Amino acid sequence: MIKYYPIIGLEIHVELNTKSKMFCQCSADYFNKKPNSEVCPVCLGLPGALPVPNQKAIEYTQIIAKALNCKLNTQSKFDRKHYFYPDLPKGYQISQYDQPFANNGFLLINDKKFRIQRVHLEEDAGKLIHKSNATYVDFNRAGVPLVEIVTKPDFDNSTDIKDFLEYLHLLIQQYLKVSNANMEEGSMRLEPNISLTQKKGVLPGYKIEVKNINSFKFVKKTVDFEIDRQTKLLNKNVKLKNETRGYDENKAITFFQRTKEEAKDYRYFPEPDIPPFTFLKKDLDKIKLPELPHEKLQRYKSDLKLTQNQALLLTKDIRKAELFEKLISKENSLNNAGKIANFIINRSYDRNMKISEPEQIDKLDMTKAIKIVLKSNQKAVNDYSSGKDNALFFILGQVIKVIGKNVDIKELKSELIKQMKSIK
Amino acid sequence: MKLIGKTLTELLSLIDKKQISEEETANYFLKRAIKYNRKLNVFINLRNKIKFQKKGVLKGIPIPFKDNFLTKDINTSAASNLLKDFIPPYNSTVVQRLLNNGSSILGKTNMDAWAHGSSTETSDFGPTKNPWDITRSPGGSSGGSAAAVSAYLSPIAIGSETAGSVRQPAAWCGIVGLKPTYGRVSRYGVIAMGSSLDCPGVLALSVKDSAIILSLIAGKDKYDATTSDISVPNYQYLIKSPKKYKIGIPEEYLKDTEKDIKNNILDAVKIYEKMGHKIVKIKLMSPKYSVSVYTIIQRAEVSSNLSRYDGLRYGKTRDFFGEEAKKRIMLGTFTLSQGYVDEYYKKAQKIRTLIIEDFNKAFKEVDLILAPTTPNTAMKLGESSKYSFFGELMDRLNEPSSVAGLPGISIPSGLDKKELPTSMQIIGRSFEEESILNLAYQFEQETNFFNLYEKQSKNYPD
Repeated sequence: MIKYYPIIGLEIHVELNTKSKMFCQCSADYFNKKPNSEVCPVCLGLPGALPVPNQKAIEYTQIIAKALNCKLNTQSKFDRKHYFYPDLPKGYQISQYDQPFANNGFLLINDKKFRIQRVHLEEDAGKLIHKSNATYVDFNRAGVPLVEIVTKPDFDNSTDIKDFLEYLHLLIQQYLKVSNANMEEGSMRLEPNISLTQKKGVLPGYKIEVKNINSFKFVKKTVDFEIDRQTKLLNKNVKLKNETRGYDENKAITFFQRTKEEAKDYRYFPEPDIPPFTFLKKDLDKIKLPELPHEKLQRYKSDLKLTQNQALLLTKDIRKAELFEKLISKENSLNNAGKIANFIINRSYDRNMKISEPEQIDKLDMTKAIKIVLKSNQKAVNDYSSGKDNALFFILGQVIKVIGKNVDIKELKSELIKQMKSIK
Repeated sequence: MKLIGKTLTELLSLIDKKQISEEETANYFLKRAIKYNRKLNVFINLRNKIKFQKKGVLKGIPIPFKDNFLTKDINTSAASNLLKDFIPPYNSTVVQRLLNNGSSILGKTNMDAWAHGSSTETSDFGPTKNPWDITRSPGGSSGGSAAAVSAYLSPIAIGSETAGSVRQPAAWCGIVGLKPTYGRVSRYGVIAMGSSLDCPGVLALSVKDSAIILSLIAGKDKYDATTSDISVPNYQYLIKSPKKYKIGIPEEYLKDTEKDIKNNILDAVKIYEKMGHKIVKIKLMSPKYSVSVYTIIQRAEVSSNLSRYDGLRYGKTRDFFGEEAKKRIMLGTFTLSQGYVDEYYKKAQKIRTLIIEDFNKAFKEVDLILAPTTPNTAMKLGESSKYSFFGELMDRLNEPSSVAGLPGISIPSGLDKKELPTSMQIIGRSFEEESILNLAYQFEQETNFFNLYEKQSKNYPD
């Protein structure tokens, strides 16, 4: 049997969470809105309407690209990409062709380098709604800024892909905060291009693109399914051709949608309604990034001596990381970083993780809760008195449980210390 | 009081002095429009009542707008059956700015469908007749707007030009046609033809009137990213101080031009020389290259701009596109297709750059360029169908400056032997409208355009 090597590239679409749409003033927040309520002549593509680019969306694209170690281009422009579809109001999509805002980046995942080919900005299309034998078009989504990230075909297994995507999701949603990146709502969409090659690094003459996958788990399943399916077919000497497939999450299989035999001719040409962009290198260099997940992880490990696991669990949720940093910023807390980390990691949260927004709580309720906990945890109180700082966090955790609400930790902590001192 | 032939400037002054009222003026033009529309087919949509205003500098003067300018709640079709039932929910910026300045809407003027043509004969609502000779075309695509001014259904009208669509009908109708620099006036709300070339323009009786209107419609528009934020000068004030210019005559533009047109220009040159301007011969790239470049770029953009009329909206399927639009869609689609885009569209863009450089070179030597507007005077209706690329050939003297985005103004230069108006155009540097207006105004002051208008308006009594 011939040995085949998977060769996989990813296309990721991310809707930006700007206030307004890409080329008009309509709200970009279309989810759950009444159909065709967030529209205007521009995003409906009415005669005479013209696109005016959203500067914020361009900035966000450049921030994403910078975080992906891309080269930000000083010259860039929009192009028209023509195709016919009922949800595309102008008969073309404003996208970017040969001068994207950025290209040639990479991400390091699992100690491997995965190259990013390009990061470009475009507008989203409307949505078709099929209902009782009729099809309706909702243009609320039309014109929402959409960033497309294209990787090189550098992946050969589904685990790396899942880890790559999870990191990207964390980065964009929680660290850069430029997209809600909600896969169920479709604000982050993933499309792997999967093929098998006999010679490592040499692209075979076909690729299979899988669309409409809405979770990382399903991407992993899709990739594994495709590798298996394609291997079997190749072993049966079936010649594979370019095609687009969909993913059926119930059956955990991919299914044929259409061939991509004929290369689509999108008749790209520069968008005449939007002048090309020139950026100064010094301005591009000034674009600031927050501390990125892998940098934070590294700092937690080397400076704060957290274990890999602790650091990972904190950095995977920016709210936990932010709370952690708030607590350790208190005097003397630095030495307790590990304990504070455990305290935060072990806390139970509600599903929505509202931890960063403490609720107002009656001072009396707080005092009452502290009293109850102190009474029933004598051992911990004694431990604390005898200098075991660890105990404080245990007690703190118990108090929070009793209160059952998100409270201002700082306030609670100082109140707790006050009460324990008064007991002494 | 006899109003016939009064310029916008004169009318505004009469209203100011309370010698006529806003209402009288508005109704006067509405009456004339109704009276002569049947004969000339100027309007696709003529208002039956003017919602005149009593405010702003324009004091309710009703303006005819070319039917590719969107007017809120008033049908806008670009003279195509496909958009026959389209009622826009918004005003184009030009319409809005004029309304804000007190104008009203007289009606929507006929044009070549989608502005595809130079005769109004591609209109789905029949051609407009040239007021000078109703067996002839008024030119196009802004033919309805030019005819409206020529027959004094209004002292001014709004048109648009992609390459020649304001200047050429102005020339054939013996009036003033001003095409500003690309980006000087907002395209927002103008049904797109060739987006990198389209430019709203003014048709007028007098140079000063066109300057007044330009001052009101020009300037940055937050809805059009291609408008410039260069400040808008007070054109009508600036033209009052005559300046001396070095004027270039491009020999290439006089070749293949009718003898009478050429002779009238040479006479105009003598007048300018006498006034103290310096005239020099210059060499420009042959207009024939611009014809090719323009045709390719415009068709490509047309095919893209018309793709939104896909049969799903506007209540009409694509069968409602006329012959000319279909031809342009096909040619444009072809020039953008894989395997051909390098050979046609990209090559055309490169030559476009050369044309721009060619003008830049000329403008190092001279301040302004003087040339015929059209190679011939108004043609008979029906002639256009004998030529393929009729529009491109008729507009060949406008295409180079349009492709370069430069401002130009066409003004009457006399009559030919057939008693039809001849014209010449003045082309200037980008965003130097004040210079072309200044030189045009000097000629008007000197010659009163040979009283062409007085002769012509006798044929259209009140």
